[in-house]
Amino acid sequence: MVQERAFPTFQTAPAQVTRAEGLMLYQDMVLGRFFEDKCAEMYYRGKMFGFVHLYNGQEAVSTGVIRAMRPGEDYVCSTYRDHVHALSCGVPAREVMAELFGKATGCSKGRGGSMHLFSEPHRLLGGFAFIGEGIPVATGAAFQSKYRREVMGDENADQVTAAFFGDGTTNNGQFFECLNMAALWKLPILFVVENNKWAIGMAHDRATSQPEIYKKASVFGMPGYEVDGMDVLAVRGIAQEAVARARAGEGPTLIECLTYRFRGHSLADPDELRSKAEKEAWLARDPIKKFSAYLTEQNLADQPELKAIEKTIQSVVEDAVQFAIDSPEPDPSELYKYIFAED
Amino acid sequence: MAETLFFNALREAIDEEMAKDPTVLVMGEDVGHYGGSYKVTKDLHKKYGDLRLLDTPIAENSFTGMAVGAAMTGLRPIIEGMNMGFLLLAFNQIANNAGMLRYTSGGNFKIPMVIRGPGGVGSRLGAEHSQRLEAYFQAVPGLKIVACSTPRNAKGLLKSAIRDNNPVLFFEHVLLYNLKETLPEGEYYLPLDKAEIVRKGKDVTILTYSRMRYHVLQALKTLEKDEVDPEVIDLISLKPLDFETIGESIRKTHRVIVVEECMRTGGIGAELTASINDRFFDELDAPVLRMSSQDIPTPYNGTLESLTIVQPQQIAEAVRHMVAAKV
Ligand SMILES: Cc1ncc(C[n+]2csc(CCOP(=O)(O)OP(=O)(O)O)c2C)c(N)n1
Ligand SMILES: [Mg+2]
Repeated sequence: MVQERAFPTFQTAPAQVTRAEGLMLYQDMVLGRFFEDKCAEMYYRGKMFGFVHLYNGQEAVSTGVIRAMRPGEDYVCSTYRDHVHALSCGVPAREVMAELFGKATGCSKGRGGSMHLFSEPHRLLGGFAFIGEGIPVATGAAFQSKYRREVMGDENADQVTAAFFGDGTTNNGQFFECLNMAALWKLPILFVVENNKWAIGMAHDRATSQPEIYKKASVFGMPGYEVDGMDVLAVRGIAQEAVARARAGEGPTLIECLTYRFRGHSLADPDELRSKAEKEAWLARDPIKKFSAYLTEQNLADQPELKAIEKTIQSVVEDAVQFAIDSPEPDPSELYKYIFAED
Repeated sequence: MAETLFFNALREAIDEEMAKDPTVLVMGEDVGHYGGSYKVTKDLHKKYGDLRLLDTPIAENSFTGMAVGAAMTGLRPIIEGMNMGFLLLAFNQIANNAGMLRYTSGGNFKIPMVIRGPGGVGSRLGAEHSQRLEAYFQAVPGLKIVACSTPRNAKGLLKSAIRDNNPVLFFEHVLLYNLKETLPEGEYYLPLDKAEIVRKGKDVTILTYSRMRYHVLQALKTLEKDEVDPEVIDLISLKPLDFETIGESIRKTHRVIVVEECMRTGGIGAELTASINDRFFDELDAPVLRMSSQDIPTPYNGTLESLTIVQPQQIAEAVRHMVAAKV
């Protein structure tokens, strides 16, 4: 077997947060976790269908990056593991849950499903089910910001785009092609790799000649960082820096977040290849527990407050399920709606 | 009035639309400084700058995806396939994202983009540079597919394609760039979904598109003395097909010959034939005759190449035969 990559000591400075920011981040991570747990329950109850990829364990990445951006203005591009990115973007839990139920009130009107969440008002560009295909789309959105500013003279066009994707995806050509173009044109984009060590059953080290993905930035003349993806403040710290650089016209950043998924690849995955020891080691680094401890140690919050947040979020998720259940199915007479712009 | 070359007609369309709308831009390989492989964007970079005539690296799938992202966020990109065949490397972005994303997103996003460039069988370019991707792409939902054939329709159609809020796959033909024609004065737009009646007639309906239009017309010249009177329709819109115009003609002639440059299997003609049978079976006095390129990689050798595509003489014979069989 290949040698396991040693978990590095990170050089990056974690973000400092106020009490309000700390609670906001905590709430967002808890929403991600509870929402996904509820999805598993609903999937096994036959309420949602197809391939459903859950995000448990990786919450610090979504929250750390997206909550360091401007909601509703900056762009986010995800993959098939997109529920929690959508939630961090501010897409209401109701709309995400309804989409998973295939309902007309879903954010993609029941046409997309779990792997195709979209929301124009929340600047969520998708929801892409094929590996790597979101990266060029995100690069195009970033190009658009630069174009508006430089060609159209729009000084408010300082929007930044974040593209999320996995370790396995970094072996796809679109990743390299877009790193090149983004660096070449100094596009305002963050390439966020969620390195959870596995691409379904393919261990990262078995697929990748240079497993330290962040190092690939250097050959494109782009800054690349590795960051503890189980530490929301570490991710936030790097993201803030990268967003500021992008907004200032200084170009893209590659951020490799070392993280882990606490569940199988999808709800259909028997998850037989990952060792118990590996899973336990990573479960011990649960980003939500870690952040909860930080908040109380720093006297930013106490346990009853955090429990109260969890209770509120639990009801948000319950409400989302009820909304999804109560929502109508798409109208069969609208089968052809949305094929063309005029529909 | 002076005649305009085909590639300049396309250039005028792009220039006029770019002048009018700052969100219109061109992306692709050598579209800027070099002016495009067939000079369709020659010198436009001097007028509009390097960002609006974006010379991209040779990365078809990624720059096509970038155009999708730019279109989703409010720009109107035109991408040039240096040769349309190269866009096989962009099949994923064209099919999944240009074509399907609007639907999959439940209408969240529009994708106003044009994917244009030289297609078709050229002159001894070999198999890879002689592709007819319209046949491969016709099954993708959400795409409009247009094939232009004259300087006049090239300009008017391209302008409409740029203004359209949907992804339009726009085929030019490598062998038609040097055609000349006097263009209408001033700006004009042509509808993307209308076939063009090239010649009115009553004996048989000939459905064709792109360069095969000229093979058909050449065939008709040899038929003049035979007193046959075919109706020639240039499809223009390969998706959706203009069944209104097609149907009107069939109701008059009751006979159909399809002349196409794509291969027979899974071609535009295959789709046309099936649809004509679905819609107008009762009107037909004979089975639809499909004249397509051979189902082979286009060979380099000139003789073999000309055997691969439909020749005017074969068309003339087919028309004669079909009309003679008329009862
Ligand atoms: C083009 C393409 N090929 C194959 C797949 C099947 N597939 C889905 S997820 C996946 C693994 C991706 O791993 P990674 O990029 O590490 O992301 P993760 O699932 O770990 O978040 C594969 C091979 C796909 N969706 N798209
Ligand atoms: Mg992975």
